[in-house]
Amino acid sequence: MRYDILLTIDYSYQAASDHVRNILRLVPQDGPSQRVTAALLTIDPPPDERRDGRDFFGNATSSIAWHEPVQQITFCLTASAERFAAPVDDLSPPLTDLPGLVTAACDPGPASPQHYLAPSPRIAPVPAITEFTRKALPAGASARAAIEAVGQALHKTMTYDPEATDVATPPAEAFAARRGVCQDYTQIMVAGLRAVGIPAGYVSGFLRTYPPPGQPRLEGVDAMHAWVMAWAGPVQGWVEYDPTNAQWAGEDYITVAMGRDYADAAPVKGAIRTAGGQDSTQAVDVIPLD
Amino acid sequence: MNSDAPPISPAILRGYAPQPGIADELFDAQGRMRPVWSAFIAQLAALTPDEVEIRFARGEQYLRDAGVYFRFYSGGPAQDREWPLSHVPVLIPEQEWAAICDGLTQRAELLEMVMADLYGPGQLVRDGHLPAELVAGNPQWLRPLVGVQPRSGHWLHHLAFEIGRSPDGSFLVLGDRAQAPSGSGFALENRMATMRIFSEPFPRAHVHRLAGFFRAFREAMEGLAGDRGKAILTPGPNNDTYYEHTYIARYLGMTLLEGEDLIVRDGQVMVRTVSGVEPLGLLWRRIDSEFADPLELNEGSQIGTPGLIEALRQGNLSLINALGSGVIEARAFMAFLPRICERLTGEALRLPNIATWWCGQPAERAHVAAHADRMMIGEALDPALPFAIGANTALGGQFLGGADGLQGGLGDWIERNGNRLVGQEAVTLSTTPAWSEGRLVPRPMTIRVFAARTASGWTFMPGGYARIGKSGDTTALAMQAGGSVADVWVMSQQPVQPDTLVVKGGFERAAPGILPTRAAENLYWLGRYSDRTEGVIRVLRAWHLRLAETDDREDARLTALADFLARQDIDVDQPIPEALLGMIASARFSAAKVRDRFSPDGWAALNDLAKTADRLAQRVRPGDDAAHAMSVLLRKISGFSGLVHENMYHFAGWRFLLLGRAQERADGTLMMLSEFTAPEAPPGMLEIAIEVGDSVLTHQRRYRFGPSRGTVLDLLALDARNPRAVLYQIAQMRHHVGRLPHAGTDGRASPLEQLLLTLDTDLRVADPDALPPERLCDMHDRLARAYDLIQSTLLR
Repeated sequence: MRYDILLTIDYSYQAASDHVRNILRLVPQDGPSQRVTAALLTIDPPPDERRDGRDFFGNATSSIAWHEPVQQITFCLTASAERFAAPVDDLSPPLTDLPGLVTAACDPGPASPQHYLAPSPRIAPVPAITEFTRKALPAGASARAAIEAVGQALHKTMTYDPEATDVATPPAEAFAARRGVCQDYTQIMVAGLRAVGIPAGYVSGFLRTYPPPGQPRLEGVDAMHAWVMAWAGPVQGWVEYDPTNAQWAGEDYITVAMGRDYADAAPVKGAIRTAGGQDSTQAVDVIPLD
Repeated sequence: MNSDAPPISPAILRGYAPQPGIADELFDAQGRMRPVWSAFIAQLAALTPDEVEIRFARGEQYLRDAGVYFRFYSGGPAQDREWPLSHVPVLIPEQEWAAICDGLTQRAELLEMVMADLYGPGQLVRDGHLPAELVAGNPQWLRPLVGVQPRSGHWLHHLAFEIGRSPDGSFLVLGDRAQAPSGSGFALENRMATMRIFSEPFPRAHVHRLAGFFRAFREAMEGLAGDRGKAILTPGPNNDTYYEHTYIARYLGMTLLEGEDLIVRDGQVMVRTVSGVEPLGLLWRRIDSEFADPLELNEGSQIGTPGLIEALRQGNLSLINALGSGVIEARAFMAFLPRICERLTGEALRLPNIATWWCGQPAERAHVAAHADRMMIGEALDPALPFAIGANTALGGQFLGGADGLQGGLGDWIERNGNRLVGQEAVTLSTTPAWSEGRLVPRPMTIRVFAARTASGWTFMPGGYARIGKSGDTTALAMQAGGSVADVWVMSQQPVQPDTLVVKGGFERAAPGILPTRAAENLYWLGRYSDRTEGVIRVLRAWHLRLAETDDREDARLTALADFLARQDIDVDQPIPEALLGMIASARFSAAKVRDRFSPDGWAALNDLAKTADRLAQRVRPGDDAAHAMSVLLRKISGFSGLVHENMYHFAGWRFLLLGRAQERADGTLMMLSEFTAPEAPPGMLEIAIEVGDSVLTHQRRYRFGPSRGTVLDLLALDARNPRAVLYQIAQMRHHVGRLPHAGTDGRASPLEQLLLTLDTDLRVADPDALPPERLCDMHDRLARAYDLIQSTLLR
C-alpha cells in the first residue's frame, strides 16, 4: 500500500524561550517492511543550527537549535512511502529455544536482539506485568505465537483512555490502572516480553485510520502511533505487533523510528530554558493512494 | 636504611602480630621488619605517646582548617563528617612501586584498546572475547557515543586502580576506575596533613613528591585544550566528592563549572560568563556520563548540558575521560580482560586482576556455585569494588544484606540469575600499621593508584590513597564503611628534590580567569544574604536590649520592632529565630556553590557563624542574654565581611559580592527608615534607627541636638560619606556596576545604570526635612527592580 503522509507539530511557549535545542526523529526510512520514496522535513522559524544524521538504531535524526528566543515552532513533514504486508508464516523457534539463540547472536550492531532484553531508560521489569505475561503464554508456543498471544491478552485487559496517562507515565502505573494510550500499551507489552526472554522494543510511526462506513476521510484526524517490535529468532527476525489494535503491524502502518523504548524513538526531544509553560498540537494525515 | 640493622621491638610494636598466611606491610614472612620502614618506625618509637598524639592533632587541625570533610550517607540526608585520617602512612619501596606502575601502564593501554573497540568496530564482542550482553545490557555503554571518535585521539586520560596485596606478597588489581576517578585531590590533602604530622627528623626527604604528577597532568590538559579554555565539570555541591572538585580546581588553577554554565552553539561548547560566552577546548568531567547531556542520555538529568554529545560528534571538545568510559568498570569485565590482553597485545597481564567468573557461562557458573564459600558473588555489571557488599551480594556462601534472592538456596539463585552475576575470589588483603591506643596494630589496606596520560605516555602519581580497614579482619568486611584513609609514601633510596606546582625560573602570569554567570549570581546572593543576616541581627539586638531595659513586651518600641521583624518573617519570640538560621543557611548555600573562588578562611568564617548560631539557638534566653548572643554573631559575621574586604582579590566576582551587599544594605536601610521615621512611629524609634545603623557616635559628633527626623535621614539616607547611608550604598552599586562587563552599551547608560543614577540624584538633591515615608518606600520599590536589571544586563 502506498501513502502520502502529512504531519504538522506545533509548539508554543508562554514566554519566549532561550536556547531551544531539539532532536527530531520524524522522517521515515527504508526498511524490510517499507520503502520511502520522498520525505521532506521543514522547520519554522528556520533553526540556526541543523544537522541531519542517523542514530545508533539507524533512525533519521535532525539535531536543531535556535540561538535567539523563540515563542512558536512548527515541524512539518511531507512524505511518500510504500508499506508491505506483514509476513504471515511462522518461521520462529519454540519460545524455550529463544534464550540460547539470543546468546548466540553476538553481533553488537543495531539490529542485534541483544539490545532489547535488558532494562532500558523507561522500561524496567514490573513484577505484575511479568506475572500477567507469563499467564498469557500458551504452553509450547513458538516465539511468534507467544508474541501474538501476549499482545491479544494485553489488548483485552486494557481500556483505551487518553485521559488516564501522559507521555511520562511509567508502564507500571498504566498497567495498574489498566488504562492508557498506544505508548502505554506498547511499553507494557515490551516490559512483559523482555521478562519472558523475548527481545522487544518500541516503534513510533503512523497508522492509517478508516472513516466510518459511508463517510469521507477527514483530514488531520490521524495521530502518531506506537507499537511493539519483537525478535522471533534468527530466521523470522523482527516482527511488529500493535497491542492497541490487537493486530500485526502490516500494510496500515508506516515506521518512523524505533529503539528500546520511547526515550530512543521519541519524535521530538527537546531542551529549553523558559519560565512559562508550553503547549503542543499535532495533526497527521495518512492518505492512501492505491 | 640498613637492611642489616638488628630487629627492633619498641613499645609501640608490642603485640603487633601479623596473622599467619597474610602479608604484612611492616614485617616480612620471617617476622623481620622490612627495611623501608625501619627509619620511620625508629623515629616514631622515639616519641612519647603524648608527643605522637600532639602531632596527630596537628594533622587533624590542618584538615579542619582546610575544610576537608567526608560526606556520609546513611539513608537520611547527607552529613559531613570529619575526615577519617589514619595517621600512619603506608610505605612502599620505589622499586616495588615501579613494578606496579609498569603493570598498570599495560593495563591502562589495554583498557584504552577495549574502549576503542567497544565504541568502534565491536570486534571483541563479534569474535566472542566479550559476551554481547555485558556490553548491550550494560547501562554504561552509551549508544549515542558509538562511532564518535574522541577529538583528543584517546578515550581514556585519567584512570585509577584499586590494588591490594595478596597473601603471597604480590599485588592484584581489585577494580578499575575510568568513569570519573575521584581521590587524587584527597590524596594530596592526606599528604599535606601527614607531612605536618611527620616533620623532620622523619625520613620525609626520601618520600617521592606528588606535585610532578599534577604538573604533568596539567600540561597534558593544556595541550588538549589548545588555544581555547579548559575547565573541570562538576555535578555540583550535592555530590559526595564536591570538596575535592573545588580543591583540585584551586590547586591546578582551573575553572570549576556546572552543566548549566555551558551552552552549545554550532557544535562548540561555550561557558556563559559575565563577559559573554567563551569557547572551551577541554573538560575534565567529574560528572558521570549518563548525566552529561539530557538530550541524548538521561532525560531526567538536571545537571547536564543539552547538545554536549553533538559537540563531541563534531569533534570540537576533548573530554577526560570520553563519555561512556564507565562501561569498563563492570566487575564482569575482569573475567575477560586477562584473555583479551593476550589476544590484543600478545602478552599476559603483568599485574593480574582478582580472579573473576561470569555466571552467564555454564562452566563458570558451575565453578562459582561449587566454590561459593570462597567467593563474593554479586551483580555482574556493578562497578563496585569486590569489598563493597550490597544487599544482593553473597560472601562466603552467605547473604549479608536482604536475603530475598535466596529462596531455594544459593545454587538455585546462581542458576536463575546466572548472566546477571559474577563470582570473585574473596579477597584477603595485606595488613599495614595503624595507630590505636598508644601503639601500632595491623589493619587491612588497599591502595588507589592514579594515572594520567601525557604526550609521552601514562604517568603515575608516586603515592596514592590508601583505605585502611576498621578491624583486623582481612576479608572484605573490614573495608566497609567506617574505615579510614592514609597517605602512601613511595620511598626513594636517595633524598628526593623538593617539588611544587610552581614553575621554576621566573613566573608567567596566567590569563585572567573567567567568571561564569552562575558563579557571579551566587556571589551576588552571598553578598545579599550575608548583609541581610547582619541587618536582622542588629534589629534583633535592639529589641532584646529594650526588653532587658523595660521587661515589657507591650512597650510601644518593642511592638514596633516586632512588627517590623515580623514583616521579614522573623519571630521575636524565638531568641535565635529560625528565619535567621535560614538566612545564614542561604548565605552558606550560595557560598558552597562558589567555594573554588573563595579562601578557605572565608568559608571557615561562614561555617563558624552557622555553627555558633545553631549552638546559641539551643540555650539563649530573651533579653540581655540574647542581646549578648547577637553581639557575638555580629562579630562573627563581621569577621567574614572583613576577610572579603581585606583579602579577596578585586576581580569581577568580588564586585558581584559587593554589589549584592550594597543593594541589600540600601534596601534594608530604606525599609527601616520608612517605618522608624514615620510620624506615627512611637518615641524612641529614631534612637533605635541610629543604633541599628551603627551610627551613634557619628550622630553625636555631627549634630548639635538629639536626633530628629531630619538628622536621622540626613545621616542614614543622604550622607555620601557614611557607609551605613543609602546614598553611600547606591554610589557603591554604581561604582561596581560601572566596572563590570556589559554595564553600558554603545556609550549609553544601560537601564540598570539609569536606575541607579536617578536614585543617586534623587538622594543627593533631597531635603532631609522633606523626605516623607512614602518617598522612601517609593525609592525602596525602585531599587527592588535592580535585580531584574542585573539579571538581564550583567547575568544574561
